[in-house]
Amino acid sequence: MSWTTLLVLAAGAYGFKVLGLVVLGRRGLPEPLTRCVQLLPAALLPALIAIQTLTTGHRLVVDARAAGVGVAILAAWRRAPFPVVILVGAAVTAGVRALS
Amino acid sequence: MTGPDRGHGAPPPPHPITASLVLGLAVGVFGISFGVLAVSAGLSPNKAVAMSLLVFTGASQFAAVAVVQAGGSPLAALGGALLLAARNGAYGLALTDVLRGRLRMRLVAAQLVIDESTAMAAAQHDRRDQRRAFWTAGIATGICWNIGTLIGALGGDAIGDPARFGLDAAFPAGFVALLVPHLRHLDGRRAAALGVAAALVLVPFAPAGVPVLAAGAAALLGLRAPRREDRPAAPPAPPVEDAG
Repeated sequence: MSWTTLLVLAAGAYGFKVLGLVVLGRRGLPEPLTRCVQLLPAALLPALIAIQTLTTGHRLVVDARAAGVGVAILAAWRRAPFPVVILVGAAVTAGVRALS
Repeated sequence: MTGPDRGHGAPPPPHPITASLVLGLAVGVFGISFGVLAVSAGLSPNKAVAMSLLVFTGASQFAAVAVVQAGGSPLAALGGALLLAARNGAYGLALTDVLRGRLRMRLVAAQLVIDESTAMAAAQHDRRDQRRAFWTAGIATGICWNIGTLIGALGGDAIGDPARFGLDAAFPAGFVALLVPHLRHLDGRRAAALGVAAALVLVPFAPAGVPVLAAGAAALLGLRAPRREDRPAAPPAPPVEDAG
């Protein structure tokens, strides 16, 4: 990878961040759009969780990660502290992976 | 260990510093594996570290380096990586109210707008905590990601595949914990369900990065007028900062 490619990628990645946070976010949004923006994390992050848990490349797969994240969901629902949720998720995944 | 709070009302959000340290450790291990992969794909250690510092969004970096390693063109590497980076734009939009202030501060904050800092901020209840959580998580993951990359690029692979420790599941597990508050109101649950469905339907044929972006469209549910019970739990924070 050339320095040019690397710098174009850096500029593009930073560009997206600035576009959202600084350019678009500057003007006050009308009330309905504000509600949409507040819903963005609720829409984006579960999708990210699903992708990271249930896919490999372009395939949908159920593997050790699903077990780990499933147990993590239970722990989070039972209001376990954050470090416990993350450790339980990793440990169950590692355990299932080691056994299978 | 403190027991879980089974009292009434919303659970206490994770403490930003503890949570950031835990997340930072996982990010650091992935930084090591990124450094190893980058060097094995033919990047110099300088380039690997520059990439972590300047691009600073993990999924895009892994995608770009994987394309390079497979012998793909620079354009192919850029296209996939930038599609994955686009979601940070949506995160930035969601964080504008949290990161009000001087332009210079927001230009610095922008570089730290990633999955981890957004999720950590979103889990907090009031504006001041959200801001604190954003900066703590952003700086902790930034430091760990870059140190990890440096170690991986220079020292190679002492740890091995992070998947062996289940660390690939650590991120979705952490995001689950941070998302619980958003799922305690109806619109949040609807947006989450729609987003997940849209993303998973698109995975088999859409380019990487598109499914998560498309999930963002689920936020358009907010266009409907809210009913009383639909309202988000977090009230708009009073302008405490400006009063002092």
